[in-house]
Amino acid sequence: MDLTTVKQVAKLARLNLTEEEAARLAADMIRITEHIEQLGKVEVKGVEATIHPVATRNQWRPDQIAPSLPRETATGNAPESEQNFFKVPPVIE
Amino acid sequence: MDALLKLDATELATQVATGAVTALAATQATLAHLAATEPKVGAYLSLDHAGALLAATQIDTARKAGKPLGPLAGVPVALKDNLHVQGSPTTCASRILKGFVAPYDATVTARLKAAGAVILGKTNLDEFAMGSSCENSALQQTRNPWDVSRVPGGSSGGSAACVAARSAFVSFGSDTGGSIRLPASFCGLVGYKPSYGRVSRYGLVAFASSLDQVGPFARSVRDVALALKVTAGLDPLDTTSSAQPVPDYPALLARDLKGKRVGVVREYLDKLPNRQVANLCQAAIARMQALGAQVVEIKLPHADFGVQVYYVVASAEASSNLARFDGVRYGLRVPADNGIRAYFSTRGEGFGPEVKRRIMLGTYALSAGHYDEYYGKAARVRTLICRDFDQAFAACDLIATPCAPFPAFKAGEKSDPLSMYLCDVYTIPASLAGLSALSLPVGFDAGGLPIGMHLSAPAFHDDKLLSAAHALEQDLHADQSLQLDRTPSL
Repeated sequence: MDLTTVKQVAKLARLNLTEEEAARLAADMIRITEHIEQLGKVEVKGVEATIHPVATRNQWRPDQIAPSLPRETATGNAPESEQNFFKVPPVIE
Repeated sequence: MDALLKLDATELATQVATGAVTALAATQATLAHLAATEPKVGAYLSLDHAGALLAATQIDTARKAGKPLGPLAGVPVALKDNLHVQGSPTTCASRILKGFVAPYDATVTARLKAAGAVILGKTNLDEFAMGSSCENSALQQTRNPWDVSRVPGGSSGGSAACVAARSAFVSFGSDTGGSIRLPASFCGLVGYKPSYGRVSRYGLVAFASSLDQVGPFARSVRDVALALKVTAGLDPLDTTSSAQPVPDYPALLARDLKGKRVGVVREYLDKLPNRQVANLCQAAIARMQALGAQVVEIKLPHADFGVQVYYVVASAEASSNLARFDGVRYGLRVPADNGIRAYFSTRGEGFGPEVKRRIMLGTYALSAGHYDEYYGKAARVRTLICRDFDQAFAACDLIATPCAPFPAFKAGEKSDPLSMYLCDVYTIPASLAGLSALSLPVGFDAGGLPIGMHLSAPAFHDDKLLSAAHALEQDLHADQSLQLDRTPSL
């Protein structure tokens, strides 16, 4: 963990960081990852991962048509919308 | 303070149902009291005066017309501001959701309304529920009603502070690693984290999906039991909600603990630096024994790694869940000539420091080359923590530990993120294993700050946990020297 890694991870996470923020995060993350690395002391050979805490199955609802949010409501919180579509600045240059 | 405000929710609902008190009077009394306490406490981020008064009036009209009332009829309730209430803002105490108005009710909200609860407003939290003191809110500082120079705990700090300040009878929060139980402990309330899957999360803004649970804060275990009864159960809108039947929790509350086995981790009590916390918990455990319980020493060897596992797993899941805040569909958008640059700047400006830290940590833990070392490892140690509980619960029915290593601390005291993370050392393991767990007030320290004890039981033993907590609570309240009926002076 160092400043270069922090900048690379920020790119993966789509986060703009100021130089000051990046430096602060690098210092914090060095300490936090050092703490987490205590997990290295635990023997986990042959132990399965727990992704979900309880062994229940997904509860699916019947696949039936039901009323949903009107489009104008669904797009009502958008910073920009047009004819009930979300409007975004161009992505491809 | 109006005598009405000293009632618990169960008693208030009974009085509303019999007509001894009107829902409007209870709501007006709460709103008037809140107007006086909020400048000091700052629990609420938004209030819906008109909506609350209208809901209360409708309850009173229904009663006069002889219509059946719900079990929470006329009870003023507050919701953490990461739970949707249709037509009200949901901010998650973040700048990135500024201006967002919820287009639908969370299932918890809908069920509370159906039960007759009067929704007062939305309460402060650490931004996106990430924190243990409520200081990570980007919008407001909430203070502990018992000592306004101290934090209420987090992340559901506003939900705890409003009930402690008598500015709501019941509130709801979310608990990912202790976010209901820790503030309940700091504010002298019963704070309940139901078993994973017991309460629907539809309409809760997701933080860490394998951990998040919605649950109540109240002044008594019977209020928590009532609040759980009306909100628990299968929800077609949440695939992780459980189809297990919902028992009549309030009807199952016991008076004694005969035949119950209480597991105690000796080192937790012996090695705790804060002796007042340890002694109050020890005394409460002795009371459980006097009520008929058998105390059993248990070991949870891997729980010592709970904090490390949690910060990998919760951050990894958060980094994925928070990818949706892109400035396209809702909330803040920082203008840019290009959509990708807008995405980066919106998130850079919209998220606060702790949220960024968690997103960064989670992204790192899931990234190529680090996945096995961090996420993979943490998920395996999580299995060992779950196995520890399985073994422990073979020998006991519930586990009693301190809820927090110390009482509420001073605002600004913990500026280092790592020391903040360690506040949750006793609450995190139960979250990782999906257990039912709560914090129960067991007394005050010499400085007059409330202390909570943590009780946990296997998943879906919620009824047994609440029943045992109730028996202990009744016994504690009967002891005048503990002064558990005290209210904070604001």
